[in-house]
Amino acid sequence: MKSSSPLKWFASREGLYYLALALLLVVILPLALDPFRLNMVGKYLTYAFVAIGLVMCWGKAGILSLGQGVFFGLGGYCMAMFLKLEASTPEATAIQSTPGIPDFMDWNQLTALPWFWEPFHSLSFTLIAIIAVPVILAFVIGFAMFTRRVGGVYFAIITQAIAAILTILIIGQQGYTGGVNGITDLKTLAGWDIRTDAAKTTLYFVCVGMLFLCLFAARFVQNRKLGRILVAMNAQENRVRFSGYDVAAFKIFVFCLAAAFAGIGGALFTLIVGFMSPSFIGIVASIEMVIFCALGGRLSILGAVYGALLVNAAKSGFSESFPELWPFAMGALFIGVVLAFPNGLAGLYQSYVMPLEERLFKRKPKTEAAAPAPQKPVEKKDEGRDYDPMLDQYSPEKS
Amino acid sequence: MFDGYTTSELMSIFAMQGFAGLSLFSVFVLMALGLAIIFGQMGVINMAHGEFMILGAYTTYLTSGFFQSYLPSLFGGYFFIAMILAFLICAALGALIEWLMIRHLYHRPLDTLLATWGLSLIMQQAYRSIFGAREVGVDLPDWMMGAFQVTDLVELPINGLFVMIIALSIALGVYLLMYRSTWGKKVRAVVQNRPMAEAVGINSAGVDRMTFALGCGIAGIAGAAFTMIGSTGPSSGQAYIVDTFLVVVFGGAQSLIGTIVSAFGISQAQSTMEFFLSGSMAKVLTLLVVVGILMLRPEGLMALKVRR
Repeated sequence: MKSSSPLKWFASREGLYYLALALLLVVILPLALDPFRLNMVGKYLTYAFVAIGLVMCWGKAGILSLGQGVFFGLGGYCMAMFLKLEASTPEATAIQSTPGIPDFMDWNQLTALPWFWEPFHSLSFTLIAIIAVPVILAFVIGFAMFTRRVGGVYFAIITQAIAAILTILIIGQQGYTGGVNGITDLKTLAGWDIRTDAAKTTLYFVCVGMLFLCLFAARFVQNRKLGRILVAMNAQENRVRFSGYDVAAFKIFVFCLAAAFAGIGGALFTLIVGFMSPSFIGIVASIEMVIFCALGGRLSILGAVYGALLVNAAKSGFSESFPELWPFAMGALFIGVVLAFPNGLAGLYQSYVMPLEERLFKRKPKTEAAAPAPQKPVEKKDEGRDYDPMLDQYSPEKS
Repeated sequence: MFDGYTTSELMSIFAMQGFAGLSLFSVFVLMALGLAIIFGQMGVINMAHGEFMILGAYTTYLTSGFFQSYLPSLFGGYFFIAMILAFLICAALGALIEWLMIRHLYHRPLDTLLATWGLSLIMQQAYRSIFGAREVGVDLPDWMMGAFQVTDLVELPINGLFVMIIALSIALGVYLLMYRSTWGKKVRAVVQNRPMAEAVGINSAGVDRMTFALGCGIAGIAGAAFTMIGSTGPSSGQAYIVDTFLVVVFGGAQSLIGTIVSAFGISQAQSTMEFFLSGSMAKVLTLLVVVGILMLRPEGLMALKVRR
């Protein structure tokens, strides 16, 4: 569905959905919420980056990664290391036995900065590392697994094990990583205090902007031939392979893409929340990220944003008033999403709200002569059917 | 890392750590057997397996409490009753879960993974509400306390030995059941070719339910055995689930022998390294090696076929 001009695209149905999201995030929420709540929404949005990556990786290409928290965490830790070094000037840490190194290193009797911390003095290196580190790791994992045609549940288990390894490693190597507390007490970003309300609001808008960049990047991939091949690969991997495509290369690409999104999300998370700790990386956190994507609709990149917002908002809501009920709700959500509505909110929207819209849209052109407008949605709906992985993804020949 | 130890000390260290590894091995074998049956035979990932194990552990805890208050004279034998109860309760719950949830998802393995994760969250929170967040332990009967003194430096605790014997006998039992019984033949037939198995009159849905129930029941026994060597908390099961999945995958999913071999290798590597390095680094190194080998040899140690 290429549109001739960007303006026309904004008037199309898909464009309207993006506009509605932009309206919600840029206008409605900032006006309705106080800075504290807005900051929390910003935190939820950083998870939406991961969820968008999962839509591309799991929903479209059928690769379920239970280790997205690893990439989220790597991005976040890169950012946190830079911020921590900036906060640990020799003047600010004069009471330590070795001034100029982060406080937790001093507590763990380290006397010099470890070599892998050194480059994080530079902001430009950090910004590159935020994307490069997760992508390189994803490439290594993806290359090792996909060229050997490992997929499905095996891939899920291995990625989960990697999440476990990284968490244990970070907790175990307290002196280098801050241990279970993580990297805390972050103050400024290149001299700009990130703890004030004004800074937090600015960071929220930066986050929204980055989110839309990622959304458009994902949409770009999805609407090109590349995206079709990913979906085809999910449905009939062997047919795609026999058609002459290098299936492994496409899988590695989409896995790296998801890792890059997660890394960006992680870095923004560190900025918005003000610290990074292993609890956002581990097995539980990683699998929760999958539910953000599943609730929103595993095939819908916009749905992923709503999924991340809703699950996290519900989580904070429950944790504030009935903390003991939240695991039940979360568990029920997992089971319900899988059993009752596998295509998530986007699927429900498509089957219940869209027909209503269709009727409204169809009435309009009778008064005006604009015919092309109503046709597009119909076309799009059929396409949505094609995407449905439930129909032919699990054909008997695969199992 | 061996500096500063004499040869005889090193030998004793290896023997002691080897035995500590054997207790870990027993837990791995017991948990992995149940998983290997469910995952290897049915292709279903049961993320709630650890919670089934904890259910068995809590059953043992309750049984021991019951015996302590009402039948103190029989306390020495409560463990065997508890084991049977744990098996039955977990198997019944497993059959129920299969009927309610799993059977709708056989053709969607990744979704089963998520659904059973949801189940595990619910079960964990239920334990927390019922039994409290604190870990509970059981009192061991007298005959299970103490240790064998093998040499001056090496002593082997009896409860550890006992758990190991349980693990090995259950492994043997599962082997006999799968490879020497009619029921096992049916299970393998369904795994190899479902439509043909149905065509010759095997009730494949029934076989599925029984297989799942058996796997969960064995997890229950694992939980009962677990109480002999450690205390039980609501989230103890989750701590083991990744390790156990790696054990199963590393061994080659459809091979019971492979599962046992890989459980042995992983547990020994971990406990031996634990003595020389910190516990967390030992675990990281073990897991890294396993993941590394799996990347090079994705079919696992003893695979029947290349996995997809």
